[in-house]
Amino acid sequence: MSIVGAAVIGEAAADEVVDLKALQAETDIGAPIAELERDLIGLAPVKQRIREIAAYLLVARAREKVGLTANPPTLHMAFTGNPGTGKTTVALRMASILHRLGYVRKGHLVSVTRDDLVGQYIGHTAPKTKEVLKRAMGGVLFIDEAYYLYRPENEKDYGQEAIEILLQVMENQREDLVVILAGYRDRMETFFASNPGFRSRIAHHIDFPDYDDGELLAIAETIAAEGEYRLSGAARAAMADYIVRRRRQPSFANARSIRNAIDRARLRQAMRLCAGAGIASRDNLQTIEAEDIRASRVFTL
Amino acid sequence: MRVTQGAFSFLPDLTDAQIAAQIDYCLRQEWAVSVEFTDDPHPRNTYWEMWGMPMFDLRDPVGAMQEIKACRAAHPDAYVRVNAFDNTRGWETVRLSFLVQRPAREPGFRLERVEAEGRTIRYAVRAYAVDRPEGHRYGPAREQRS
Repeated sequence: MSIVGAAVIGEAAADEVVDLKALQAETDIGAPIAELERDLIGLAPVKQRIREIAAYLLVARAREKVGLTANPPTLHMAFTGNPGTGKTTVALRMASILHRLGYVRKGHLVSVTRDDLVGQYIGHTAPKTKEVLKRAMGGVLFIDEAYYLYRPENEKDYGQEAIEILLQVMENQREDLVVILAGYRDRMETFFASNPGFRSRIAHHIDFPDYDDGELLAIAETIAAEGEYRLSGAARAAMADYIVRRRRQPSFANARSIRNAIDRARLRQAMRLCAGAGIASRDNLQTIEAEDIRASRVFTL
Repeated sequence: MRVTQGAFSFLPDLTDAQIAAQIDYCLRQEWAVSVEFTDDPHPRNTYWEMWGMPMFDLRDPVGAMQEIKACRAAHPDAYVRVNAFDNTRGWETVRLSFLVQRPAREPGFRLERVEAEGRTIRYAVRAYAVDRPEGHRYGPAREQRS
């Protein structure tokens, strides 16, 4: 608790000073944000938004120290974006960031989909949803593909019941849990349009942009490095080529497509090594060559 | 007569904040917390009614506190207790159990003497409350069905 200099005590001293830098060091918030910057490629608007939220929470804390009213901020969020743009990954990090900021008490993430919230017969939904909410208390509840909760085509659908319970808890127990809804942009729009209660209770709508080609290449190298593989120079060029072609094809899912491409390249590399001389050096074992990538179906289409 | 069962029962009744702190401790030990209630205060009564399932994989006491409050609201005249079950191999038992609600008026127990063979005296403890049927044992005397 570091209040700087002369203005140490004095209940409502107007010149009371709070050292934000010290507060920042104390809450250890720099570390998760630096990790976010380092580990996640691209996503500039997302990172910007997270920095804003972090700064806001820090200031809220400082306000509390000098005795200004600090209503607990609403931190429910909606993550929208195309497939494979890192929504789930960021949600995981979000839980730890909010925990270190002291906003959620435990900092765990409970990840659910419609199946975990909505029951199959009358009277089954409420206990199921409440059970999930109880587990998520003190942490972050991540609802993936949230728009499936609402099925307008079936008016007897139990999803509506789950939505009502969720809304109630989001409103009344803001200090106990943070709800993050995630899904594809257009379908989330329809979902919010038909459930205006959700839109107004969610303070932060964060849009995940698609990755550009350079970012996808960097992601490819990161994914390869995670598995202790590396791309040779020619393979990197092939990968860049692959990304351009893959993007034009249907069901392109950003980083997820790249992960799958790397996985398949690893299979082909294994085949190549087995079919070859039968002797592989350490270097051979970890290098993905251009031919492993060029063999992809994407290049023949 | 104040019933003293379970942990902390010789202390003043715990406040909700203290109960939450105890539950938080239990959850940090990875024990499963459950809520039970009864209106038969006999010390050998091990079969309390369960208020819902034991709460596995809770991380925060708020969820358990909700259940405690719901149970109190539904059974304002009953004893309510919290159990914390440790499923670690070798323990597999309740590690902590304490009352979180007791009826406003606790009439206590009487000692019954029964003469057995050869004028041996056998003793039994009987709660005054159980003279009335289940569900009518505490709180305002309600009309009883005949």
